[in-house]
Order: sequence, then C-alpha cells, then structure tokens
Amino acid sequence: MDNNVKTQEVKNKNEFFEKYIFPYAVPIVFLVLCGIGFYYSGLHYTFVLNEVIGRLARNSFLVISLIIPVIAGLGLNFGIVLGAMAGQIALFFVTDYAVKGIAGLLLAFVISTPLAIIFGYLTGQVLNKSKGREMITSMILGFFANGIYQLVFLVMAGTIIPFKNKDLLLSTGVGLKNSMDLAGVRYALDDLWKIRPFTGIAVPISTLIVVGILCVALTWFLKTKLGQEMRTVGQDMHVAGVAGIDVDKTRTIAVIISTVLAAWGQIIFLQNIGTLNTYGSHEQVGLFAVASLLIGGASIKKATYGQALIGTFLFHMLFIISPMAGQNLMGDSQIGEFFRVFVAYGVIGLALLLHAWQDKNKK
Amino acid sequence: MTTEYLLQIKNIVKDYSGNRVLKGVNINIKPGEIHGLVGENGAGKSTLMNILFGMPVIHNTGGYEGDIIIDGKVANPKTPREAMDLGIGMVHQEFMLIPGFTVTENIKLNREITKSNVISRVLGPKLETLDFKSMRKDSREALDKLGMDLDEREIVEGLPVGFMQFIEIAREIDKDNLKLLVFDEPTAVLAESEADTFLKVVKKLSDLGIAILFISHRLDEIIEVTDNITVLRDGEVVSYLKTKEANVNQIAELMVGRKLDNVNTIKKAREIENKDDYILELKNVSVDMPGERVKGLNLKVRRGEILGIGGLGGQGKIGIANGIMGLYKTTGEIIKDGKKLPLNQPKEVLDAGIAFVTEDRRGVGLLLENSIEENIAISALQIKDRFIKKLAGMNIMAKKEIREYALKMIEELDIRCTGPRQLTGQLSGGNQQKVCIARALTLEPDIIMVSEPTRGIDVGAKKIVLDLLKKLNEELGMTVIITSSELAELRSISDRIAIIFEGKLEGILEPDASDVDFGLMMAGEYGKGEVS
Repeated sequence: MDNNVKTQEVKNKNEFFEKYIFPYAVPIVFLVLCGIGFYYSGLHYTFVLNEVIGRLARNSFLVISLIIPVIAGLGLNFGIVLGAMAGQIALFFVTDYAVKGIAGLLLAFVISTPLAIIFGYLTGQVLNKSKGREMITSMILGFFANGIYQLVFLVMAGTIIPFKNKDLLLSTGVGLKNSMDLAGVRYALDDLWKIRPFTGIAVPISTLIVVGILCVALTWFLKTKLGQEMRTVGQDMHVAGVAGIDVDKTRTIAVIISTVLAAWGQIIFLQNIGTLNTYGSHEQVGLFAVASLLIGGASIKKATYGQALIGTFLFHMLFIISPMAGQNLMGDSQIGEFFRVFVAYGVIGLALLLHAWQDKNKK
Repeated sequence: MTTEYLLQIKNIVKDYSGNRVLKGVNINIKPGEIHGLVGENGAGKSTLMNILFGMPVIHNTGGYEGDIIIDGKVANPKTPREAMDLGIGMVHQEFMLIPGFTVTENIKLNREITKSNVISRVLGPKLETLDFKSMRKDSREALDKLGMDLDEREIVEGLPVGFMQFIEIAREIDKDNLKLLVFDEPTAVLAESEADTFLKVVKKLSDLGIAILFISHRLDEIIEVTDNITVLRDGEVVSYLKTKEANVNQIAELMVGRKLDNVNTIKKAREIENKDDYILELKNVSVDMPGERVKGLNLKVRRGEILGIGGLGGQGKIGIANGIMGLYKTTGEIIKDGKKLPLNQPKEVLDAGIAFVTEDRRGVGLLLENSIEENIAISALQIKDRFIKKLAGMNIMAKKEIREYALKMIEELDIRCTGPRQLTGQLSGGNQQKVCIARALTLEPDIIMVSEPTRGIDVGAKKIVLDLLKKLNEELGMTVIITSSELAELRSISDRIAIIFEGKLEGILEPDASDVDFGLMMAGEYGKGEVS
C-alpha cells in the first residue's frame, strides 16, 4: 500500500518533470546561469534591463532569420553571414551617397535585397548538394565568402568599384577603411519612436514593432502553401518528394528568405551600433545568432520565434553580466574578457549537448 | 477503342544494366476487381510497381519496353505526379507519412486546399493561406468512408501502426480521380485484428468501383480477399488463376518451383555422425536490425554441417548473422561450444572463431580502394595480431608475409586478378566475394557465416563461390551458415535449411523437401496447416 502510493508519487513527479521541465531544460539552465551571474556581477538592474532591451531590439531580427531554414530541415544556417555581408554592402553605398536618416535606411533595405537574393540562391545551391551536412557546409561557406568579400573591398574598392567619398577609402585610395562611421543612419530606426518609461531605461518601440511584424509575418507564412511545403520538406524529404513537392526548390527558397532577412537584420543591427567594422562586423553574426536561438530551446529541427526572442534575451543577458561576474569572482578584468568569448562558444556547445541529452531521453 | 479493362500491363520488359528483371509481363485488371500479385523476392514485383508509378529509378536506368494502358489509352507515366493524375494511387510498404503533422495535414499532403489573400494575389498562388476548415472536412469524409473513428486533428506520431495504414488509404481515396489503388505488402506491419479490419476496407473500396492491385506474401489473405491472382517468378508471369479455383498449396508451389539446372541441383541429404553435437546454439535471440528484425529466435547449429537460412526479405534472416557478430543490438543467449558468447562485441566473437562474410560486399565488406592483399590481411592484423613484426618497439606490417599469404589464397580460391596489388574495386563481383571469404578464412574460424554470397554475381561465378563453401566444409570440417534469398541456391548446398518468418524460426527442412513445404513455410502457413 505504502509502496503503491510512493510509486504513484514518483510517477506524478516524473510526469510533471516530463511535461513542464524537460522541454524547457536548455532555457532553464541558462536562466539559472543568468541568475547566478547577475548576483555576482553586482550590476544595477536598471542598467542590465536597459542593455538587454536595447540588444533584444538590435539582435532579434537576425536570430529570427534562422528559423525558416530550421523548419525546412536545413538545420542552423550559418550562411546568414552572407546575408549580413549584403546588408553591409548596401550600407557602404548609402554612406557613400550620403543618404541620411530613415530614407537612407530604407534605401539600404532596398539595395541589400537583390544582393541577398543572389547570395541566398547560391548558398541554397551549395546546400542542396550537401544534404545532411548543411550546418558545417554553411559555416565553411561563410568563411569562404569572407575571403571574397575582403578581396572585393580591399582591392577593388576605389579601383573597379568607384567611391565618391574618398574618406571611406584607405589613404592609398584603394580598399575600404577598417571602420566606417554610420552617422547618417545611426539610430534611424530606433529613434523613430523611443520611450523612456523610467530613468535609465530607453525602449526603441519602433524597432520592436518591426520585430513584432516579422514574427506575425512568419506565423502567417507558415500557414501558407509554401510554408506547409517547407514544413513537409523539413520533416521528411523523401515523403515530400513522393508527394510531388520540388524539394530542392523549396529548400533554396528557404535559404533565400533567410539570407534576405539576415541582410535586413544586419542593417537594423548596425544602425543601432552606429559604426561598421568593415572586415569584422559580419564575422560573428552567424555564431551569435545560432547561440541565441539554441539557448532559447530551439534545436536543429525545431525553432519558433518565441524561442528566438527568449534565447536572444538570455544570451545577451549572459553577455552583459558575465565579464563583470568573471571579474568580481576572479579579480581580474582579463579573465572577464576571456569569459565573454568563452560564453559565446561555450553556450553553443552546452546547448547542443543539452539537446543531444534531450533527444536521447526522448527515446 | 474501349475495353472492359481499367488497367492493362502489356509485354513489359525491363533491364537493369543487362540484367533482365521483367521478361514480358502481362496483367489485366477490371474496374472494381481485386487482383492479387504474388512472387518471391526478386520476382520483379517491386520493379513492376515502380514502372506503374513512374518512379524516377526506372527512367534513370533506361526506361522499359511495353505499355501501360489505362482505360484503353496508352498512358506510360513518367513521373509519380503523372501516375497520380492518371488515377493511380499507391499505399507504400513503408509509410509515406509525416509523423509531426496532423492526420488532416497528412491526408492533404501537397494537395492542400488554399484561399487567396492580398499577398498571394501579388506574389503568386504559393502564398495562399491554407483552408484548414475545408481540409478537415474532406479528411473527415475520407475517414468516414473507411469507417475510421479517428480525430482528424490528431498528430500522427504515436498512433498505432494500423491507423497509419488507414491514413495512407484515406489520402488515396480523398483523391477524386482515384481508379486504381496499389497495396504493397499492406498487412506486413499490422496486427491480426487490424489486418481483418483492413481487408474489410479493401473489399469496401472495390465496391466503390476502385480496382485494387494487392501485393502480399500472406497467401491466406490473397485467397480471402482477391478475385484473381497473378503469380510472378523470375520476371515472368507463371500463372494466372481465378481465386475461386486456387488454394494456398498450389500458389506456394508456383511461387517457389524452379526449373532445376546444372547450378541448382538439390543436394543429397548427408549422414552426419553426431547429430546432437551442436557447435552453436541461439536461445531467444532478438536483433534490432532495421528492416530485418529477429524476434526471439531459437536455433541450433550442428558441428560440421552446412546450414542454410532462408525466408522472404524483411523477415529477419539477414539479421541473424549480423546479430551473432554483434553488429546490431542483440539480446538473448548465444552459446558456442557450451560457452556463452558476449553479445554486441564483434571482436570477442571473432576471437571465438566465428567469421562473417557480409551481405553488403561493396559497402562494409571490402575496402574498395585498397589492394587484394591488404583486404585479405586487414582483419587478421586487427584481431589476431597476425602479419605483424616488432621493429624498435613498434608494430610494423609484415609486408612480405602478407604477400606470400595473399598469393597462396589467390591460388587456392582461384581469384582472377592481375596480382595481389590489384585494387578490389576493379574485380568482378564473384572475385570480390572470394576476397571476402579469403579474409574470413585468414582468421582460421570454426564457423563461417556467409550472407547473400551470390547476390549480384553472374551464374558461372555463383557456382564457384558455392563450390568453394562446400569445399571448406568438406575438407576443413568448417561449419558453414549460409543466408540467402535464393532458395534454389540453399537447396543445392545446405544439409538443412532453416526458414525464418517474422523474426522467428518457422521450421527446418531437408533440401529435398517438396516445393509446397518450402512455399508454405516462407509464407508462414506451415504451422497453421498442421494445426487445422
């Protein structure tokens, strides 16, 4: 009798665990880490909150751009680096022609789109040739594209590609400068509508609305015929093919959408930062976006915008507090700096490991 | 020209790189007829269905001769899409369902009902929103037609297998133009009660005027449900029967019976001195090999015999040897010479004197980019530390020793090659098989297990490989366990033949037992016959 009650209790506990804890294991672990980090960092909560809101607005768009390839079964598309490049190229020209404010920003969106479509198409072709290894392929493709990008803007800028504003070029007149001031489009979107509900907190409502529109559009898109085809392809390419869906074409479209969104996302990101590191801004985009998405509880097979938002929030929270926490714990600012890098790579590893553990338990 | 037939398959001939798998097949089916198609593995059933369904695999390998005629018109579908438009539906052996989708989504897969919206008018019909309400309504109707009490909003994952089968059927009958429905082994995955419901549904469908082509290994089902039966053997129609006039024994015999030629003579039963001396015993062995699961098998192998393991594809015969080797997750008890073998540890099994020649010769069997001598030596190098010499504390491959040994094997097994340095990838199938056997012999085993040794080998080489196995058995006293889909081959070489059905031992026959017995056992009907 006593025994029976106990087994029942254990069962209930297990059920509770399985239903409420287990699916959210990854974000919960990071929430706990954030809590510990926040405690040790000694930072004021308004500062942390302000920073996190700013970064949420700045980064969410990029992170959400990863969702469609995941749904279409391509895994995490590190190839959004190419989209980021398209965004940056658009910003070069907007800056060169000195188009300012929201007009400059919109022009950047317009210029980046065809570029991103071309990049996305090429990425899609490569990824269709490497089914099952899309993640590593897209990552290497990002490195490769970076090489070409450097070649184009170090050697061809100022020679083959004309620039009106010579200040953008290196003193030799060939190649773009290492960093570019985006004063023209700085805060162009953020400042459109910004509120300060409390002292020390600024909320860029306009940017958050754009992110909100994207989320709504994404939800709507998944309910269309094309969205349904992507979900089908993502679940089982073979079945999709037998049902008469053009698998390769669907996958290519998914990558194109992702790349275009990433281009826009990078523009939104950079208008907030205000300066463009010509040869570096795009490099970490894939890595950070992927880390954010994974922390939100997404896997390489399943992702929602909710996970993207939660993940972005947690990742950047950790990013803000970990250097201070590291310094306070270890007493060395160098260690804090190290901690920052460690966190970015560490979370991807940890998130993937936790997901693997989850998968194993499911069986 | 109109005909009374819905589907006519006329003189279909199909070659796969010179290998003729269909030799002028003719089948006619009327509307509402249930037509059974039976045959052993490799009889050409799947190829015929692939042709009917316009699968890419057919057209990528040079197409076919003959005509598919539907409603009196030459149709010859070239893609699955065309076949669907012609009103041909197929319920596949492995389910074409998306587990994460709801029943409705699966039934309406790629045939979703959509509504146009503002954006789709600009960017095209691909962006039309799905009309879930009408989709659910249609699905409900299809499910009701089948008499299925299943919520159309449920997720497919986790549903019983039988339900999945019905969802596939619902998908087919939801297509307005469905005229012919092909079932490929529909009941193989169903439990008995599910199978009964299923057969009722099939009859219901035929009452609706849909013609049905029913492929099954379960002969009692075929007899129960069909109107007419076509028996296929080696790519030829050997018989066309009215079901009323047919019985299970007759069909079994037609399926298996073969013209015996010089390769396939039946072996005379041989006296074995010590009948109770078992070298290997399997007790309640289960092997989790996908597609070839073994489910609680008991089998005893006599010392010095050649044991054949036969049965139809997917029944688990291939899983046995793989399980003994520990290549797939295995449970149960395996006893060799009175000692328990450790499970799932290939190295221990090899050490115990059991060698294995895999059925996947080109995949895992050989290092195709390496030479014959390296292929022969590799296992012994790894397992027995043979061909290794010590040089300054390091293990070095003894090249000279390997060369000598390889030359000896090439001569003994008559491997036709330019020399021991030739790459195995360049050899013919038969010679590759000999290299595999040579490697297994290098381990000096007591038991050699050979899976599908003659698959993809031409007739002449077949005989040589089989003779080689016989020689090993007779001259070296090695126990041979040979697994093969070709019954004739087993009958020509084995002392006893174990037939596997649904992962269990159906029975053991002498090679000279009758065709009927073999046919019945392979169809899982043998035990039933004895009881009733």
